[in-house]
Amino acid sequence: MAQAAAVNTKWWSGGKSPFNVEYGKLMMWYFLMSDTFTFGAFLIAYGTVRMSSISWPDPNHVFNSFPGAGHMHLPLVFVSLMTFILIVSSVTMVLAVHEGHHGNKKGVVKWMFWTIIGGLAFLSCQAWEWNHLHHQGAWWGRNPFPNADGTVATTNFSNFFFTITGFHGFHVFSGVIINLIALIMAQTGVFEKRGHYLMIEKVGLYWHFVDLVWVFVFLFFYLV
Amino acid sequence: MEHQTFGGEVTIPHHAPTDESKKRIWKTTIILSVITMFELALGYWIYNMHQSGEYNHTLVLALKGVIIILSLAKAFYIVSIFMHLGDEIRNLIMTIVAPLMIFIWFIIAFLYEGASWKNLRNEYNPKEPVKYEQTTTPSHEGGLK
Repeated sequence: MAQAAAVNTKWWSGGKSPFNVEYGKLMMWYFLMSDTFTFGAFLIAYGTVRMSSISWPDPNHVFNSFPGAGHMHLPLVFVSLMTFILIVSSVTMVLAVHEGHHGNKKGVVKWMFWTIIGGLAFLSCQAWEWNHLHHQGAWWGRNPFPNADGTVATTNFSNFFFTITGFHGFHVFSGVIINLIALIMAQTGVFEKRGHYLMIEKVGLYWHFVDLVWVFVFLFFYLV
Repeated sequence: MEHQTFGGEVTIPHHAPTDESKKRIWKTTIILSVITMFELALGYWIYNMHQSGEYNHTLVLALKGVIIILSLAKAFYIVSIFMHLGDEIRNLIMTIVAPLMIFIWFIIAFLYEGASWKNLRNEYNPKEPVKYEQTTTPSHEGGLK
């Protein structure tokens, strides 16, 4: 987190970094911007196909199970839990960044640990959901769920669902790995030696982005 | 005030660990949770309308619009507070936010295309298939029938 020294600072007059941000963090922002376009293109493709379809499976009848609840009809409950897990892990991440600002190694390690636990919990939920849907006969190229109007649906629904949640899940997975590396580096005192915890901030940007994408996956696949 | 330089960034050192920024984190957490719960409530409202059969198309469309706007508000809070983009200088914010404006065109153009494709398909009547072979003898008035 950088703060402008004064309102009338001439950032472009030379001699200083006009964005007042470290190289790695700037590049992380640009990477996230490009990733936004990738996810945006996926979601817009999904929207386009859904708009062009006369009817579409009702998410409340597809995503209605909860682990251990048998055949009870519980629409939206499990995915709400997943959303909550990801929001909480985003909060623990921002707390780790906050501790990093104060150079508090113990605090960084503690909150990074909880962030990783949150990420693993989310991945476990997703693994369960995929497994459950697979058992119901859904996979790429296979869709057992009828349209909301009762007609037979195309495989578009499952193709888009597995591709987009899979791509997001892969981001969560790589985020957990990156967080784990950052945790080990914090624990072994690498950042302490450097004198700053900027790497935690960069890792944090990626992790928040993953949470941000889930906001829209949740919105377009489960709610709308 | 003493300035520290971390890898090129000019930052002003914080003071106590329990300062304003921590309060802001918790406030944002509460906002995000409340918005999510409100979205879920609207989602269940739509679901119940489907179940009871009293399905009002305009109302459902309006509710979906509200849910989308609420999600955009969530996105704003995550990017601005959790990712600290709101604390960066304006130049940086603009290089990230301005290119995203292309999404306005992207979304409108593609969803319009999807809707148009559906309408064209609905107009197509397979009971009177187009007889392509007639196009080879276009001498009669009216062409294909």
